[in-house]
Amino acid sequence: MRFPSAGAGSSILIHRVTQNGGLYKRPFNEAFEETPMLVAVLTYVGYGVLTLFGYLRDFLRHWRIEKCHHATEREEQKDFVSLYQDFENFYTRNLYMRIRDNWNRPICSVPGAKVDIMERQSDDYNWSFRYTGNIIKGVINMGSYNYLGFARNTGSCQEAAAKVLEEYGVGVCSTRQEIGNLDKHEELEKLVARFLGVEAAMAYGMGFATNSMNIPALVGKGCLILSDELNHASLVLGARLSGATIRIFKHNNMQSLEKLLKDAIVYGQPRTRRPWKKILILVEGIYSMEGSIVRLPEVIALKKKYKAYLYLDEAHSIGALGPTGRGVVEYFGLDPEDVDIMMGTFTKSFGASGGYIGGKKELIDYLRTHSHSAVYATSLSPPVVEQIITSMKCIMGLDGTSLGKECVQQLAENTRYFRRRLKEMGFIIYGNEDSPVVPLMLYMPAKIGAFGREMLKRNIGVVVVGFPATPIIESRARFCLSAAHTKEILDTTLKEIDEVGDLLQLKYSRHRLVPLLDRPFDETTYEETED
Amino acid sequence: EKEELIEEWQPEPLVSPVSKDHPALNYNIVSGPPSHAIVVNGKECINFASFNFLGLLDNPRVKAAALASLKKYGVGTCGPRGFYGTFDVHLDLEDRLAKFMKTEEAIIYSYGFATIASAIPAYSKRGDIVFVDKAACFAIQKGLQASRSDIKLFKHNDMADLERLLKEQEVEDQKNPRKARVTRRFIVVEGLYMNTGTICPLPELVKLKYKYKARIFLEESLSFGVLGDHGRGVTEHYGISIDDIDLISANMENSLASVGGFCCGRSFVIDHQRLSGQGYCFSASLPPLLAAAAIEALNIMEENPGIFAVLKEKCKRIHKALQGISGLKLVGESFSPAFHLQLEDSTGSREKDVKLLQEIVNQCMDRSIALTQARYLEEEEKCLPPPSIRVVVTVEQTEEELEKAASVIKEVAQEVLL
Repeated sequence: MRFPSAGAGSSILIHRVTQNGGLYKRPFNEAFEETPMLVAVLTYVGYGVLTLFGYLRDFLRHWRIEKCHHATEREEQKDFVSLYQDFENFYTRNLYMRIRDNWNRPICSVPGAKVDIMERQSDDYNWSFRYTGNIIKGVINMGSYNYLGFARNTGSCQEAAAKVLEEYGVGVCSTRQEIGNLDKHEELEKLVARFLGVEAAMAYGMGFATNSMNIPALVGKGCLILSDELNHASLVLGARLSGATIRIFKHNNMQSLEKLLKDAIVYGQPRTRRPWKKILILVEGIYSMEGSIVRLPEVIALKKKYKAYLYLDEAHSIGALGPTGRGVVEYFGLDPEDVDIMMGTFTKSFGASGGYIGGKKELIDYLRTHSHSAVYATSLSPPVVEQIITSMKCIMGLDGTSLGKECVQQLAENTRYFRRRLKEMGFIIYGNEDSPVVPLMLYMPAKIGAFGREMLKRNIGVVVVGFPATPIIESRARFCLSAAHTKEILDTTLKEIDEVGDLLQLKYSRHRLVPLLDRPFDETTYEETED
Repeated sequence: EKEELIEEWQPEPLVSPVSKDHPALNYNIVSGPPSHAIVVNGKECINFASFNFLGLLDNPRVKAAALASLKKYGVGTCGPRGFYGTFDVHLDLEDRLAKFMKTEEAIIYSYGFATIASAIPAYSKRGDIVFVDKAACFAIQKGLQASRSDIKLFKHNDMADLERLLKEQEVEDQKNPRKARVTRRFIVVEGLYMNTGTICPLPELVKLKYKYKARIFLEESLSFGVLGDHGRGVTEHYGISIDDIDLISANMENSLASVGGFCCGRSFVIDHQRLSGQGYCFSASLPPLLAAAAIEALNIMEENPGIFAVLKEKCKRIHKALQGISGLKLVGESFSPAFHLQLEDSTGSREKDVKLLQEIVNQCMDRSIALTQARYLEEEEKCLPPPSIRVVVTVEQTEEELEKAASVIKEVAQEVLL
C-alpha cells in the first residue's frame, strides 16, 4: 500500500518486515525516500547544461581556440587506430575534470578517525595538481573503511606485525601451491574458520581477486548465476569470467528473485530446455553505495526451497554487524551452515588487506586445488597475516581483553546516533538503520563538488560519488562510520553537515512516514547475458 | 505441474569431491621465512624455488624501511585509491618506478596477478583484436577473457606465424575499411616467459608493430630487475627505446621481493587506467609497508647495478651444469633465472609424469635442495605446458650450492628415471 504523492511531493517507502512467517527476529527498517520531482528536474537540467558546455569546449579544443591540456598520442603513432574513442572520454574530460579535486586526496598518516591530508593546488582548473607542501592536519575522516578502528599504528596489532616482519620479511615470492604456503597462512585459515563458525576457510592476497578468481572455479557453462542489481564490480567480473548465464534481479527484491528461480527451474536453459547444472545466488552483506542490508532470512528460505547455492560477499558487513561482529549471518541470528559460500575481505574491519572464503571442508579442499589464486598468484604477506590474526583474536576476545566487544558496540551506537540525527535534520538518507555506511543524497552535479570542497574547508574529509558508480541523478555523499569516532567527533561533524546542508539547500526530506507491510512487486525485467 | 518440476529438479553438488591424493591438495608448509635457507615440511633446504632473484627477501634495509612505514601508517589502507587510500608512499613509489624505467608515468596495483588482468581490458574491448603468444601466462589469459576481444594466438616466439596472422588481418581490413578504422590491434608478449624461460624477440616485434600498426603490451614480471645492465628489463637488454613499447606491466613479487604490480608507459596510455582499471578503482590500495619495501628495494637496485651481471653469471653456470642429465631436458635461455626441467620421454599420461617429477622433487628435498613443480590449472589453460620442475637461481646462492644442486638433481634423476 503506497500513499500517492500529492503535487510535487514524495512518499517514503519504509519496509517493516516483522511479519513474513516470523523469519525476522528483529525489525528490519530500510528506507529509500523517493526523489522529489523538482529536484529530479533540476538535476537533469544541470546535466544538460554541462553536456552543452562540454560540446562547446570540445569544439573549441578541436579548432585550437582553447588550449588542450590532456596528453596526446605520439607523433610516430598518429596513424594508428586511436586508442580511445572520443565519446568514451567525454564524461571524463568535461564533467569529472571540473570536480576532480574531491577524489584521490593523498594522505600522510594512519587512516584513523583523524587523518592528515596533503594540500594540493591546481593552476589550470584541475588538469594538473601541484603539492604546496602544506599538510592539513587533523581532518576528520569520514571516508575510510575503518569500521572497528583497527587502522592504528600503535597497540598490540602493530607490535605483533612488527615482530613478524622482522622474522619473516615482507614478501613471499611464490604461490600457495608451490613454496609460498607459510605456517602463518595455515594458522590464519584455522582462525578464520573458527571466527565464522564454518568447517574450513581459505585466505587470498586481494579481496577483489578473491571474487574474480573463485567464482569461475565454482560455476561454469551450463550453470546459472542470479546476481543482485547493485553487486560490486568484482562479483560482476567473476560472474562474467565463469562463462555461466547471468540473470539480474532487482535490488533486494525477493519477489523478483523468486520469479527468476521459478522460471529457471521450470524452463531450464534458454535454447536447449535442458535443466541447469547449478544455480548460484550472488548477494552482498551490506551494499556499499546504498547502505542496505541483504534480506538474508528470506534469501535462505528461497534457497532452501529451490535448492540453489548461496554466495554471500561480506566485504563490508564482517566485523561491522552482529553483537559480536561475526557479520550479517549473526545479525539475523541464522546458522552459518545455511550459507554455502561465505566470502569476505580483511581490508575493512580488520585493518589489513586480502580476502577469504569459508564453508564446508569439501568446498575448501576443492578451492585449494582449483582456485586460480592458489596456483598463479602470490600468497598473503606475513606481517599482514599477523595483523589479521591479532585483530581477529581481539574481536573474538581471545586476547583476554574486552576491547573487541567494546568496538563492536561503539560502532552500533555511533551508527544509530548518526543516522537518527541526520534524519532529524531533514536530509535524505538511504539504507538500513543498522548499516554503518550512510549515503546522503545530493542529486545535483554542482552540489557534488560544492559539498566535498565545503566539508574539506571545515576540516572534514568526506567521500562524494556520482555517475557512473551511481545512477545519473542519484549522486550522493557517503559517510563510513567507525568505532574510532568519539561522540565529540560525531557532534562536530553533524554540526558542520547541518551548516553546509543549509548553505547548499540539501535538506530535501519530507517526513511523511508511511508504514508498509511489504515492498510492492514491480514487473521484473531481467537481462540475459551469455558469454 | 510447475510445483512438480520444482520438486523433481536436483542440482549438481556445489563442488565435485577431491580425492585425497590429489597432487595439489596438500601444500608444502614452510616454517619461518621463505628465504635462502628455507625449512619445508620440517626439512632444512637451500631454496631453489622462490622467485627471490636479487635476494631482497631478507635484506635488513628493506625490512627496516617496511618497519618504519608500519610504525607510521599501520598495516592496511582501509580504502581504494579514490577515497583516501592514496598515501604519499604510493605517489613516491610511482614516481620512482617511472624514473627508473625512464617513462613518463607509472601506476601501482595491490596484487601482481590483477595488474595485467586489469590493464588489458581497460584498453581492448569487444571488437578489438589481440595477437598473443601461445605460451602467455594465466594472468594474461584472464585479462584477455575479461576484455571480450578477438584473440589470435601465434606459435611461441614464431615471428613468421605472427606476420602471417597480421597479413591475414590486413586482407580482412581491406574488405571492410570502415570497420578497420575503429578496430584497435594489440600484440601482447612477455619479456621472459614464465612457462618456458625463453625471451621474446623484441626488435622484430617492434618492426612488425610499425608495419602493421598494432600496439605492443609487454609483460615483464620475470625480466624486470633481471635483464639489462641496470635491470630495466628486456628493452634495455636489446637496446630498444622504451617509447616504442606502449605499455610495460610487471609485478613486484619477483625481483623487488614485495607484493603488488605496476604498469609504466607514457601518460597518454597510463592515465586511462586510473579511471578504468578495475583492479585499481575497485580495490583497496597497496599496504604502505609493502610500498616502502619496494622503494627500498629499488634504491638497492640503483646503488649496485653489479648484481645483475652476477645473477647472469650464476644462471649461465647452472645452465651448463644441468645439461646432459639423463632423462631430463632443460628448457629456457641461459640467462633466464627461472627455467624448467622437463621429462625427455613422457610416459604418455600426464598424471604419471607429474607423479614421477614429484618423486624427483621429494628426493631432492630429502637431500636439502628445495625445488617445486610448475603448477598449472589443467582444465583452464588454453595451451597447457608439459609438466616440469621449475628451478630458480638467485644471487644469494654460492657456487658450491649451485654445484651441489646440479649434482643432487643428476643423481636423483638417475635413480628415479632408470
